Amino acid sequence: MTTSIATTASTVSGETFAGGAGTPPGTPDGGAGLPPGASVRRPNRSLLHGLLTNKKAMTGAAMLFFFIALALLAPVLYPDNPSKITGMASQEPDAEFWLGTTAKGQDVLALTIHGARSSLLVGLTVGFASTFIGILVGLAAAYFGKFIDEALSLTTNVFLLLPGLPLLVILAAFLPPGLGTVILVLVVTGWAGSARVLRSQALSIRSKDFVAAAVVTGERPLRIMFREILPNMASIVMGTLLACIIYGIGAQAGLEFLGLGDVSTVSWGNNLYWAGNEGALLTGSWWVFIPSGLCIALVAFSLSLINYAVDEVTNPRLRKIRKSKPASKPAGKPAKPGKRASA
Amino acid sequence: MRFILRRLGFYLIAFWVSITLNFLLPRFMPGDPVSRMFARTQDRMQPEQIEALRKLLGVDDRPIWEQYVDYLHNMVTGQMGVSISRFPTPVTEVIASQVGWTLLLGGTALVIAAVVGNLLGILAAWRRGGAIDSALPPFLIFIGSFPYFWLAMGALYLFGVTLGWFPIRHAFSDTIEPSFSWEFMSDVGMHLVLPALTIVLVSVGGWMLGMRNTMIATNAEDYITMAEAKGLRPGRIMFRYAARNAMLPSVTSFGMSLGFVVGGALLTEVVFAYPGVGYQLLNAVQGLDYPLMQGLFLTITAAVLLANFLVDILYVRLDPRVRAN
Repeated sequence: MTTSIATTASTVSGETFAGGAGTPPGTPDGGAGLPPGASVRRPNRSLLHGLLTNKKAMTGAAMLFFFIALALLAPVLYPDNPSKITGMASQEPDAEFWLGTTAKGQDVLALTIHGARSSLLVGLTVGFASTFIGILVGLAAAYFGKFIDEALSLTTNVFLLLPGLPLLVILAAFLPPGLGTVILVLVVTGWAGSARVLRSQALSIRSKDFVAAAVVTGERPLRIMFREILPNMASIVMGTLLACIIYGIGAQAGLEFLGLGDVSTVSWGNNLYWAGNEGALLTGSWWVFIPSGLCIALVAFSLSLINYAVDEVTNPRLRKIRKSKPASKPAGKPAKPGKRASA
Repeated sequence: MRFILRRLGFYLIAFWVSITLNFLLPRFMPGDPVSRMFARTQDRMQPEQIEALRKLLGVDDRPIWEQYVDYLHNMVTGQMGVSISRFPTPVTEVIASQVGWTLLLGGTALVIAAVVGNLLGILAAWRRGGAIDSALPPFLIFIGSFPYFWLAMGALYLFGVTLGWFPIRHAFSDTIEPSFSWEFMSDVGMHLVLPALTIVLVSVGGWMLGMRNTMIATNAEDYITMAEAKGLRPGRIMFRYAARNAMLPSVTSFGMSLGFVVGGALLTEVVFAYPGVGYQLLNAVQGLDYPLMQGLFLTITAAVLLANFLVDILYVRLDPRVRAN
């Protein structure tokens, strides 16, 4: 979990990221009304266009929509309570129970499909909430600077450094169990990573001329932060959001696997908790624990694919090398023939 | 030097925050979990031990700031009370007996993952579009998408239960006395393989991608072209010129991952019943052993902060720009 965010951070900070916001508004002299509006749309549209034509992004999106559809359709597909005992204990997959039954005799397929609801709900909520906090903190720190920046950065870094999983466990142990607790705990431990990434990006945009122009024109801080700076970091916000959702889904599953979630709900993490509790591994009931884990992995993978695609679209250097190589990247190619010749 | 002092101050603040968090949690949580714990275990304890624990966890009539000062003093001097689930062992002793296993497991996994991942990243960036560059990243991202504990469960089922190649739980067999003999060491090694392997599998992708992306940027630098123009051997350019300069973000990640070593191996430790601090933390939570819980959290935090501080010192050696500022 931590790694995924750290990876994004390093990817992001390593680049100057001129790509998406390379040609910001260009009209610092115009009255700040229209030009920013025009500039707002351009980078966004090119990002969207880039994503729509990117194979990785489309594969990821298709997979993600499949799971969202599954979650929404769960009550239609399996109107019954998924935890109801419907068959014999520990049946192998067959025509009646496509994914077999648990040690209690519950239908694994029903549990898996219904599990998507809670897992996706928590993942998305945690993702959006932590990104939102990250945006607020990051923008405020970058825009106001000085003392506010110092204080906010200090808080962010402290939260970033406190070991996430143990803190998660401790908080979950002290708070009363429930879905709200899980979400709260995950947001508390998850926002700092996005705040740091977004702050450093906002900081570089803050120093651009068009922001200075907006300040001189006397625009209100909130407007500058959200209408001038934020749209120009759309791709980073998107990457952060995806990383946060991945974190949310994974961390929820981990927490629930440890028995610290709301054990009464049906979710992928809880399915795995019960699988572990009922000794599915030791009795060889692989069909009980494979589906839920695979679903978590596929959702996380689809999000990673989209994230990867965002990186590719906004950072030209990471794109596939085409036959006609641009002059800007002379380093890689000459090296290769040389290497082959020597080898 | 100023940089180091600044960082030291920062880590002290972070440590203070975690102590304060520890102090506040049992005092302001709804439902009064601490009283529940006392109700369950009161008859096994001596009156003065109960008194000390009450003070530690805030079931206490003194004003809150007085409690706080007392608490700070206790924590800094290492008086963390006695463990309740392992009564009457002091918390510090319980922790001391487990921290070694976590360091062994996490350290082994981290070093292997970092070395392998960075090497793969270097190779992938050097041969853009080659086999390593195009096939491995999607595969590793896919593997990395699996929850840690789930991969661990799968490995345990496949290699432990079905094939029986490796032991499935604990850090060493019950039948062997811990000693520095070859027999004991190899037994520990065998128990280490599966948990370490699953951590490496999930984390190696992050290392590789991070290194690859930085290295691609470095490869476009003028000094690389210069080195090629001079006719240096490709291997030398790759490692001494490009990789060396692309290393810095990886060093930072290494510092942050050290935190993962102590805290993040928790899930793996739970699956394999590996007797480290993470496993103990979960046991403490399940047994409502609040003193042990707090002690473990503080130890983990202290380890993370210390590791990061060491990396900062290393950073000063590696990056001259830090020294100049």
